[in-house]
Amino acid sequence: MNIINIILDFLNLENFISNIPNADVQELLTIVFVFLRSDLFFKILFFPGIFTILIFVAELMWLELKFLAKVQLRVGPQYAGRIGGILQPIADFIKLLFKESIVPEKASKVLFLLIPIMLVTLAATTLTVIPLSETDVISNLDVGLLFTFAILAMFPVIALLAGWASNSKYPFIGGIRALFQQVSYEVPLWLSALGVVILAESLNFTSIIKAQSTFWFILLLPLGAFIFLVAIIAELERLPFDIPEAESEIVSGWMAEYSGLNFGLIMLSLYIKLYFGAALFTALFLGGWLGPSILPPAFWFLTKTVIVVSIIILLRGVLPRFRLADLLQIGWRRLLILSMVNIFLAITVKLVLF
Amino acid sequence: MSAIYFSVGPQHAGSGHFRMKITLQGDIILNAEPDPGFVHRSVEKIAETREYLQNVPLIERQCLSDVSSVTLAYAMGIEELLGIEVPPRAQYIRVIMCELSRIMSHLYWLAIFGIFLGHSTMFMWPFGDRDIFITETAEKIAGARVSYSYIIPGGVRYDLPDGIKEHTLKTLDYFQGRLKEYDAIFFSNPIFKRRTKGVGVLSRPDAIRMGVTGPTLRGSGVRGDIRKDEPYAAYDELDFEIPVFSEGDAYSRSLVRFREMEISSSIIRQAFENLPEGDFKVKTRKKVPEGEVFSRVEAARGELACYIISDGTRKPYRVKMSTPSFRNLPGFSLMKGSMLADLPTIWMSLDYWPLDADR
Repeated sequence: MNIINIILDFLNLENFISNIPNADVQELLTIVFVFLRSDLFFKILFFPGIFTILIFVAELMWLELKFLAKVQLRVGPQYAGRIGGILQPIADFIKLLFKESIVPEKASKVLFLLIPIMLVTLAATTLTVIPLSETDVISNLDVGLLFTFAILAMFPVIALLAGWASNSKYPFIGGIRALFQQVSYEVPLWLSALGVVILAESLNFTSIIKAQSTFWFILLLPLGAFIFLVAIIAELERLPFDIPEAESEIVSGWMAEYSGLNFGLIMLSLYIKLYFGAALFTALFLGGWLGPSILPPAFWFLTKTVIVVSIIILLRGVLPRFRLADLLQIGWRRLLILSMVNIFLAITVKLVLF
Repeated sequence: MSAIYFSVGPQHAGSGHFRMKITLQGDIILNAEPDPGFVHRSVEKIAETREYLQNVPLIERQCLSDVSSVTLAYAMGIEELLGIEVPPRAQYIRVIMCELSRIMSHLYWLAIFGIFLGHSTMFMWPFGDRDIFITETAEKIAGARVSYSYIIPGGVRYDLPDGIKEHTLKTLDYFQGRLKEYDAIFFSNPIFKRRTKGVGVLSRPDAIRMGVTGPTLRGSGVRGDIRKDEPYAAYDELDFEIPVFSEGDAYSRSLVRFREMEISSSIIRQAFENLPEGDFKVKTRKKVPEGEVFSRVEAARGELACYIISDGTRKPYRVKMSTPSFRNLPGFSLMKGSMLADLPTIWMSLDYWPLDADR
């Protein structure tokens, strides 16, 4: 019995449906209501779906504002929401909601307006396979890791499209940079994840996390965890790898022409991606929801995710930006070779321990 | 891929009131042409319509991050025309103010350099510390925060207030501790070194040929500093060294400024130790005798020269300022052939300040 069922029972809409004369419409609406009352819809809408994610991501934004402010000896957000400006991201989003969304005259308008929606949709799609606990997962895919791989591979293309659709020079350079960076860092990212797959013998996230019940994989594959963290930061375009958005060189990169709600949606998608990246690291290396059973498993999962996000935010506070050429050199010459070594180590660990 | 042309500025996140015309082929800058003049306020022309003393607040506005040195060059010129001797106490106070001004200017540069390289902490820290200098020392000594018009022909406007020595030394103690933290988080950062070493190399002959000044010149291995070459105020009585690095890249230029902040702190300490008693200004006439004079000082960004022609009236016939930012402008040609990612590094390593260059 979940909250949606309670509301639907209270409204008692099924009685109205039975009064509808047209049988086809009646059948269709019945199917809709069966879906609305299903467990899946609750998961998509509330937990661990959209509602939880939005609140969690908004508080991640707040965590970034506040944590970075502490690093930089500032106060940070203070007023919105009384307790340390905890509602600041929501206030920011409402502000963006009321601002004008400018579409450049020379832009490809349909594509330009589609891109923020595509970004948010794709970013939210990745979260369907991440399990917060054994039961709290929207879709327990057997090829979950492969699925996230496929979705992540679409982001550089969208960044390039955004740069192209803006028909402006800074976004275009930013789009090309995003393409270079994300495509070349996907290789070490998934090669280091392959070490986990070898140990867990599965692409399913639930099985991967269950396989870590004795040892977290970060203890067995520290090298792989390091490569994965570096590569996921590059995928997320965060400092020190925020080259596609370098504001002192190319203003804001591929999102330079976006404003108002469109910009808000892009920022939302970037922060959902941040949550997703940290959640992926948690699931693959930090044992997911595993932890003392005093508290619910979802609590452990989210706590570990927040710790990973904090590490990513701290790096933003202490490191300057890389150059694109340096970044590509590190990616292809160091991380690729190290991730090969990591696969070799994973096979050795597998043969020795299991 | 064909070359694309775009301009960085005047409405760019990092440009200020300034424009760079960039031609980009792939990731390599084929041509970089600076386009100054967006904030030309005709300071020199307005100066001809005002009296000598009224010009002090006007002229200091050409470079608000380094106020004392600009007004000092102007005041020194007029004192030479009048043939008056400035009392030694005023000379020492001038040194203190100039070095405070140098530290504040370098902190400003460090903050902008930090954010140009994507280091937001290095943006916040120096700005915060600069504010301590503004409120704790400049405001207490001169009565205003930034544009204080403190150095005037004949001396300084007010004597030092009581207890300012302890106050300033306390601020400097804090500041020198902070410099170590700057070094740890920024100047010793491997990514910072990777981004600045070997970038925008200005060789010693080129530096002399282009006529660049200040830290840009000293970063290329030339020991050129007006404070030593042609000592003014009380600099010849103080013991300090000039940091010189011979590599000529962005890293050595930034290290020159970083070392200078340390050295300026020690100069201020010495000036407070040796501060003589006596008058802090002498009376000056409003009419300046006919003549021409050339005076120069070492401002934070380099050599700042002032050329004044007087026709014997209350107003100057001509005031010509040669500002360090304008003289460092040829350094932007270093961008040719470098990567686009090196553009902000080279840009800020020259410490270009559009207001200073355009006047």
